[in-house]
Amino acid sequence: MQSFDPRVNRIKPIEEKTEMNIGEAWEPYEVFHQKKRGDHHIHVGSVHAPNAAQALLFAKEQYGRRQNCVNMWVVKTADVTQFQYDDADIFETAIDKEYREAYGFKVRDKINAYKKANP
Amino acid sequence: MYGNGYTSPEEAAKQKPDPLAGEDLQQLALFEERIAKGEKIEPQDWMPKEYRRQLIRMIEQHAHSEVIGALPEGTWITRAPSFKRKLALIAKVQDEIGHAHLLYNAAETLGKSREAMINDLLSGKSKYSNVFNYPATTWADVTVIGFLIDGAAIVNQVINAKGSYGPYCRALERICYEESFHLKQGHDALVHLAVGTKEQRAMLQDALNRWYRPIIHFFGPSDKASVHGTLLMKWKVKMASNDDMRNQFLDQYVPKIRELGLDFPDPKLNKNAEGIWEFSDPNWDEFFATINGNGPCNAERLAVRRWAEEHGRWVRKALMNPNQKQVLPLS
Repeated sequence: MQSFDPRVNRIKPIEEKTEMNIGEAWEPYEVFHQKKRGDHHIHVGSVHAPNAAQALLFAKEQYGRRQNCVNMWVVKTADVTQFQYDDADIFETAIDKEYREAYGFKVRDKINAYKKANP
Repeated sequence: MYGNGYTSPEEAAKQKPDPLAGEDLQQLALFEERIAKGEKIEPQDWMPKEYRRQLIRMIEQHAHSEVIGALPEGTWITRAPSFKRKLALIAKVQDEIGHAHLLYNAAETLGKSREAMINDLLSGKSKYSNVFNYPATTWADVTVIGFLIDGAAIVNQVINAKGSYGPYCRALERICYEESFHLKQGHDALVHLAVGTKEQRAMLQDALNRWYRPIIHFFGPSDKASVHGTLLMKWKVKMASNDDMRNQFLDQYVPKIRELGLDFPDPKLNKNAEGIWEFSDPNWDEFFATINGNGPCNAERLAVRRWAEEHGRWVRKALMNPNQKQVLPLS
């Protein structure tokens, strides 16, 4: 094989079959970044790494090389516990949940009535 | 950067006449209802086998395109004409590899391991965008790739970012954000040649002449008549036909070349009264021959990629945990 590009010819590219072995791509870590002090850490994606320290390094390259970032967390994907989307109905709110919302408590009418009755 | 998802004729022939055979119809109805409402599908959701298969194929091809797409540009880093261009090119090539990581992750959430995807690339089983089977012989080629190929990729990616599969949409959103820099630096480098000396303009025109056909091929052959396409559109795997995307691209970019007093080597390239761009027959036989392995650079691209795999193996092996089980990324 002859390339027009001498750089390619110098490395002697490999023409015969080659394969990546299972496990060579390591395992996924979930990445969370904090844009500025005071913000929450937000999930931005994942990286593949052989250990947590290496995962942080890859996370910095992958998710911290452009936008503002002051801190990052990585968590092994295998260690994350989550709900199943099939169970989404557990998040459905009962129709009457006013008692746990600010809008469920209205005092202005009572105050006005009191003021009117006691001028 | 990326071309449109490509189905080879052999693969199209393997296509089952009824891709929905054996599916749970109740689940299917809920799935389609969710998509029709504009909700995203997440990796843990039920999905038809055909949806999973097509998405893996498409996202994987996209990821491979990012990896291979970095090769024609990467080889120009040492020869960039100025320090600023060199810095921009290094940054762009790093972005492309970063995009590949994002996309491999998105494809992995559907159940195919990264190793299996890389192996299908190395063996030639999986395709990647056909434009990267052509050489970048001069610096002007790098500017044409940076402006027009990335421009075409953005048209495709912005449209697909509105698709139905959550992880793919999230990856594309991030990619589109970075591509805006690629496009600007490509345009800047191209305009620099276009307003330069006679020799610089001639070099640029020569590159436009050579890249015209691959650019027309970029979005793939017309797929308006494809029955299969209808299902993928309904499932929001495909968001626009190849012709519509190509037309949108030509509409945006041909004027940007013509305003520089340059043109593509096709006297028939013009917008008709209905607003549709017409062009000469771009020789689809050449497209099929190239994507099936007979283009000018196919063998070289894969051989360079194999070299990279072999030479990086000792690092990956030294750090790997031999007892590791396969884990899918969460999202």
